[in-house]
Amino acid sequence: MITVEHLSKQYGAATVVDDVSMAIERNSITVIVGTSGSGKSTLLRMINRLVEPTSGRVLIDGNDTTSEPAYLLRRRIGYAIQGHGLFPHRTVAENIATVPRLLGWQAGRIRARVDELLEVFQLAPGEFAEKFPHQLSGGQQQRVGVARALAAEPAVLLMDEPFGALDPIIRAKAQDDLLDIQRRFGTTIVLVTHDMDEAFRLGDHVAVMSHGRVLQYDRPAVLLTHPADPFVARMTGSADRAMRLLSLTTAGEAALPGSSDGPAIAASASLRDALSDLLWQGAESAAVVAPDGTACGRLTLAAILAHGRPS
Amino acid sequence: MPAAPALLRFAALALLVAFLLTPQSFAPLFAPLTQYGAPPIYDQGDLLTLALAQLGTVCCAAAASTLVAVGLGILVTRASGAQFLPLSRTLVNIGQTFPPVAVLAVAVPLVGFGERPTLIALFAYGLLPIFENTISGLRSCPPVVLGAASGMGMNARQRLISVELPLAMPLILEGIRLSLVINVGTATIGSTVGAKGLGEVIIAGLLSNNVAFILQGGLVTGLMAILLYEAMAAFEQRLFRAARIE
Repeated sequence: MITVEHLSKQYGAATVVDDVSMAIERNSITVIVGTSGSGKSTLLRMINRLVEPTSGRVLIDGNDTTSEPAYLLRRRIGYAIQGHGLFPHRTVAENIATVPRLLGWQAGRIRARVDELLEVFQLAPGEFAEKFPHQLSGGQQQRVGVARALAAEPAVLLMDEPFGALDPIIRAKAQDDLLDIQRRFGTTIVLVTHDMDEAFRLGDHVAVMSHGRVLQYDRPAVLLTHPADPFVARMTGSADRAMRLLSLTTAGEAALPGSSDGPAIAASASLRDALSDLLWQGAESAAVVAPDGTACGRLTLAAILAHGRPS
Repeated sequence: MPAAPALLRFAALALLVAFLLTPQSFAPLFAPLTQYGAPPIYDQGDLLTLALAQLGTVCCAAAASTLVAVGLGILVTRASGAQFLPLSRTLVNIGQTFPPVAVLAVAVPLVGFGERPTLIALFAYGLLPIFENTISGLRSCPPVVLGAASGMGMNARQRLISVELPLAMPLILEGIRLSLVINVGTATIGSTVGAKGLGEVIIAGLLSNNVAFILQGGLVTGLMAILLYEAMAAFEQRLFRAARIE
């Protein structure tokens, strides 16, 4: 659990982060979203003290982050950034091994961890371990960047627009991978983005920032149905908020008992995708199918539409 | 500068080695340049010994220049040492603009004749390219990479040693190469104050009006400079080919 208490950052007369307090839940993804200049990156960088706050404090599991030297703190916190920041003179394996080496792990343990992470990120160790960053594609570089951030098994991972430099298709894949990783390692992730779709796709909780202040911090559905502020409403998009709301629920969660001879829809698909599928196929209902192929209920158009209204 | 074709480099090296090992076999070539039966090949000392002595002096001076210039370059690119940048730059510039001959004149009364005044002159003369290239190299490290290094938990020293210096290394080595090449030629003036070197050959030629001697001293120095440059360039290329960090 990360507790941010009355955190502020001023550069001269400019207040970049203005009295922010928030509690970030363990084992969840919290997304800080805002326009450029909203102070979201500064807020993130105050958590690992790349930026020292002007006032306020950050507690991780109850311990004040200023109770140890900043560089020791940072070795316990993963950090991934836009443009990956890989060391160009080091191989993929050496890049990933950065923090374990700083922590003085045994060589064998480092090698095992590097191979494990390469496997997790679908980079065959035999092929990629000895490559240099410039020999990789943008998507691969980004994956190595995240693998490096996770190398020392940090409980907390900070990500600053990690997918900003990727094209839409690779970005969607990277986001899926991140969700898998989070489930697999149970890491507490704090991610900064300016992309509301990304925030809704990834965030268990979303904080909307503007001019250094957190305007609203809540579950995505609440942001949509009860925006606390006109700016939040604008950010979340009033035109397609019904569709966004649908995208927050999966077919499995909304499935009704019974069966249907309509098209099959994966339980993990969002209601938005399910609706699109039904419209396209001209069907009234669909069968919801679990990952193992067994039917686990049905969905009707009316049931889907009911989820698109604020309750 | 594109690397000279390998064949040409090899020919230059072969020529230099052959001349230094068996200078007398080149006597017919230099004989037309002499008058009144003067010796066509320098005979007051071993050319190989002189060439090696000169190379040794240059390398010692370059090592000292490198230590000081890289150290200064690191210091003035740290936040804590930035205030020393103007002062350091002025000192290093003086080292470059103050003629080495004048440095010899100043140094001899202080440290006496021989190698030492030459080392001082070459040291001062060789600082500038290394210093400036060190600064450029350290400043050209991508901020996102440095940010990542800090974010990973490297402290300032670890960041310098394992990220900044390796990334700046191509430029630093280039500075050392420039400094070496400039000083191979400059080192010949050391012979005026008694340092062993090919300057001796040139001075002997000037004193006895023997063009063959002057040419021998000049050519051997020139070939050494070119080959040193090529060797360093090849070494750098090999070093950075894999990572391609330039």
